[in-house]
Amino acid sequence: MDIYLPIAGLSVNIVVIILLGGAVGMLSGMFGVGGGFLTTPLLIFYGIPPTVAAASASTQVTGASVSGVFAHMRRGGVDFHMGAVLVVGGLLGTLFGAVLFELLEAWGQADTVINILYTLLLGGIGGLMAKDAWQSVSAKRSGKPVAASKRRHHPLVANLPGRWRFYRSGLYISPLAPLILGFLTGILTMLLGVGGGFIMVPAMLYILGMSANVVVGTSLFQILFVTMSSTMVHSLTTRAVDIVLAIFLLIGSVTGAQIGARLAQRMRPDYLRLLLAAIVLIVALRMGLGLGWRPDEIYTVQYL
Amino acid sequence: MIARLLLILALLLPFPALAQSASEPKLVPDVSQRNINIQSRFTGAELLMFGAIIYPRGVAPEGQVDVAVVLRGPTRPIILREKQQVAGMWVNADSIDFRSAPAYYAIASSRPIDKIVDARTAAIYELGLKRLQLSPTGEIQTSEVRRFTSGLVDLNRRDGLFAEAPGEVDITDQVLYRARLTLPSSVPEGRYVAETLLIRNGRVIVADDSVTVVISKTGFERFVTIMAQEYGLLYGAFAVLVSLFLGWFAGYVFGRL
Repeated sequence: MDIYLPIAGLSVNIVVIILLGGAVGMLSGMFGVGGGFLTTPLLIFYGIPPTVAAASASTQVTGASVSGVFAHMRRGGVDFHMGAVLVVGGLLGTLFGAVLFELLEAWGQADTVINILYTLLLGGIGGLMAKDAWQSVSAKRSGKPVAASKRRHHPLVANLPGRWRFYRSGLYISPLAPLILGFLTGILTMLLGVGGGFIMVPAMLYILGMSANVVVGTSLFQILFVTMSSTMVHSLTTRAVDIVLAIFLLIGSVTGAQIGARLAQRMRPDYLRLLLAAIVLIVALRMGLGLGWRPDEIYTVQYL
Repeated sequence: MIARLLLILALLLPFPALAQSASEPKLVPDVSQRNINIQSRFTGAELLMFGAIIYPRGVAPEGQVDVAVVLRGPTRPIILREKQQVAGMWVNADSIDFRSAPAYYAIASSRPIDKIVDARTAAIYELGLKRLQLSPTGEIQTSEVRRFTSGLVDLNRRDGLFAEAPGEVDITDQVLYRARLTLPSSVPEGRYVAETLLIRNGRVIVADDSVTVVISKTGFERFVTIMAQEYGLLYGAFAVLVSLFLGWFAGYVFGRL
């Protein structure tokens, strides 16, 4: 079944798009990440123009994170105070990201910068997650208790001026820290079409030192607003949001997310994290190899 | 289609007077579709370019005639970038500005172009992908222009936007000709010009570019494109609402299961 995408300007197989959305949705349901880091590269690989892929993926992440936010809200897993600061940072980040994107386009290095960012970010985060998950898996196997790491924020965060109390996160820190974190993920959302959950969650845990039971909910809350803003900014600047593509991705991913959430309850969390780390590392590896190998086609056209 | 061809033939052949100039033959070209509409089931199109050659006094001359048909999309300015390996990575390193790159170009001919016209004539009429005039801007060496041109040709050939089909024009009895050209789903909108050339003894006798094909999005696809281009705020807000709704709806449905 083929359907024409009016903004991407080509026809695609609907089944492929729905399955792609479904697979990514399952991951997002299982791990509480938006899954944009998979959608964008897969869409580009399928032949969708990169800008359309990034813009439409961010629309899809909005849909995939809605039900997660509601679920976490019901059990008190969202720190709205912290979330609001992150969202403000994120909105500023998407605007800055839009400017950055235009500069990179004009310079002609948008693809390369995006590829390098993907490789470094996913490689770094995937490596950290794999190490962490592996340690806890092997600790359980050998029967030794996991040494509980002391939750505290990074010394850099402690040095920032001005302190606010974030009750649910159990923190008394400068609002500048989450503001900067939100700003950086906002840029990534705009450039890469990712929600940024895979960066947000570890950063909240290890840099801000937030209490673990509000991390995923608050990160989803921030992702929801920032991807909404990124869809708006794309609609007004690049005009690359393909609503038809986004709807078919959404149909797959919202369904997949629900299935994934149910699957996750039956799996051991450590193995789940190890699996996510493996997926992230594979994507990073693929991206890295793509930079080093001679590409199939070395010419690209930019319309004026 | 064949019936239409025969009809043209039947109408025209008894009236050689229609061919005004006494010595030169005349071309009556047509295409199977003058308007191609892009709607949701559009997966590309196939165009039949056909027509008749009318000779003075209705007599076909001695020797072989050849026909070439060219379908050309709207031209637009582009920047073509070339990746090179820099510090182990393939990055965009070199680029060129072309002022008039056709969005689509397909040529079919009854025999390979090199065999039916000389290089000069082929260059004048831009026959063949290697003879496209892309109007590079700035001071660039000829060898560089050639490298970039072949890069663009290669890229667009893979996407089906450029095509060369030697030997694909069928000529019946020196009078009727037809050729099929395919358009991929990614063809841009615009006015496409179909040019037909009648060639004999290495010389272009008649060139007719009176036939045009208009490719445009219609209905829903046109509506979406206009909304995205002109009403970004509304379009973005709608996209956000749809994604919120679908996300919420899935949660609601699965919550009940």
